[in-house]
Amino acid sequence: MKVSVDQDLCCASGLCVMKADQVFDQREEDGVVIVLDEAPPLDQHEAVRAAAAACPTLAIQLSE
Amino acid sequence: MTAEAIPDFPFDRATALEPPTELAELREQCPVAHVRLPSGDTAALVTRYDDARAVMADPRFSRNLARDGAARLSTTKDGGLFSRRKMGSEDISEGQGHLRWRRLLSRSFTVRRMEVWRPRIQAMTDELLDSLVAKGSPGNLSAGLGLPLPVRVICALVGAPSEDQDKFAHWSRTMLTLTRNTQEEVDEAYQGFNTYVSDLVDRNRANPGDDLLSELTQISDSEDGRLSQAELIATVRGLLLAGHETTSNMIAIMVAMLLSERERFEAVIDDPELIPGTVEEVLRLDSTLSAIGGVPRFITEDVNLSGVEVPAGSTLIPNTPAANRDPRKFPEPERFDPRRENNQHLTFGAGPHFCLGQPLARMELQVVLGTLARRLPSLQLRDAPGDLQLRTGGISGGLQDVWVTW
Ligand code: HEM
Ligand code: SF4
Repeated sequence: MKVSVDQDLCCASGLCVMKADQVFDQREEDGVVIVLDEAPPLDQHEAVRAAAAACPTLAIQLSE
Repeated sequence: MTAEAIPDFPFDRATALEPPTELAELREQCPVAHVRLPSGDTAALVTRYDDARAVMADPRFSRNLARDGAARLSTTKDGGLFSRRKMGSEDISEGQGHLRWRRLLSRSFTVRRMEVWRPRIQAMTDELLDSLVAKGSPGNLSAGLGLPLPVRVICALVGAPSEDQDKFAHWSRTMLTLTRNTQEEVDEAYQGFNTYVSDLVDRNRANPGDDLLSELTQISDSEDGRLSQAELIATVRGLLLAGHETTSNMIAIMVAMLLSERERFEAVIDDPELIPGTVEEVLRLDSTLSAIGGVPRFITEDVNLSGVEVPAGSTLIPNTPAANRDPRKFPEPERFDPRRENNQHLTFGAGPHFCLGQPLARMELQVVLGTLARRLPSLQLRDAPGDLQLRTGGISGGLQDVWVTW
């Protein structure tokens, strides 16, 4: 699985961090998403899919 | 279609907690439906999930109903909150100006920054519940907890004294009029609120603290183009309004929704892990928080929704209660299921304007529910659910006082 985000779309909701904090974090200065692990291990995939589905701005792209 | 054929909106409803039956009918038969607003203008009501989401999230669509040709909601001459020309809100309400504004504010609402608020919200909830309980059963849950908790929270976060809650609750209600206030009352409310906020900014400048207002005042005073003084005032006014009105209504609605079908509350008492999922189902199934069901958009380009061509120049109202019950998105949509997966309801919106205060509101609702289940497991509604009354006459709806026994 490859994870990428569009920071221009991100509204800093933090919902992805709530779902998968091993993979997503927020920038200190404006809360915009950062990806901690672009190729997360298998045990994270479900959480990452939930994060992508929950994202209110559809800013998270996954390729599997 | 003749003018007579356009139904009046908001629709009437049989009981306070159930959505008007028209919403489900329209969603199935007429997903983009013309309705007549209290102002006399018409708008298009959007009732399917995918359409409502698309309308909310599309950056081309304007939230500024002061634009020429946009429908007015309210009976006042200014057309109501979304139509009024407000100083300081113009640039920050959409486009690049909105993004700049949003980036300034969102740093205070990150998951990490929010964590410090949970113990504070818990302490405020316990204190308010202590005094509610001390006064004895039955108690007014709306006045004793629903309103004061969100006010204390947003005041602490912004850096405003919460003793002024009655003042800005009154201004907010007036600014949110649909049919109940006169233009004169609305103008007075804006004036009162603006003066109050600019005094607050001045006092804060003389004596800065560790709060959002101090941070924003410094940014504004640096005059580097990030936030003008008028924008600062509009922002603080908006936060005080948005921070208390919706959340206080939702606390009362949550208690009413859970106690009117008490097994929902009992499930949380038995298994506190159901708290977040229960709050999400309350948010999804709420139909009273907003009288119109969503924040309107004015469209400047044609758009196709469920095969219907909607022309530029239309005002669209994405109706959240209808969308949140769309069977195309939610299996068994009428079922209250605290274990529901992928509960992507639209109650906090979608896209660039997705509710800024959402983490705070969710936290408040979760803390209130957890505390009530733990401390007052015998909680009941004093009145029959069918006797609950809506608050009417405003863009923001909600319930009139909810009384409880324990
Ligand atoms: C249960 C409580 C709440 C609900 C249901 C709610 C709902 C919403 C919705 C639907 C929007 C999007 C409006 C649009 O699409 O045009 C919104 C925006 C907003 N909300 Fe909330 N809200 C709640 C609580 C709060 C709180 C506690 C705050 C205060 C911090 C807040 C501050 C805001 C702000 C500032 C915006 C504008 C965001 C923007 O335009 O970028 N809300 N809210
Ligand atoms: S869920 Fe989406 S909008 Fe929210 S912080 Fe993550 S990427 Fe940004």
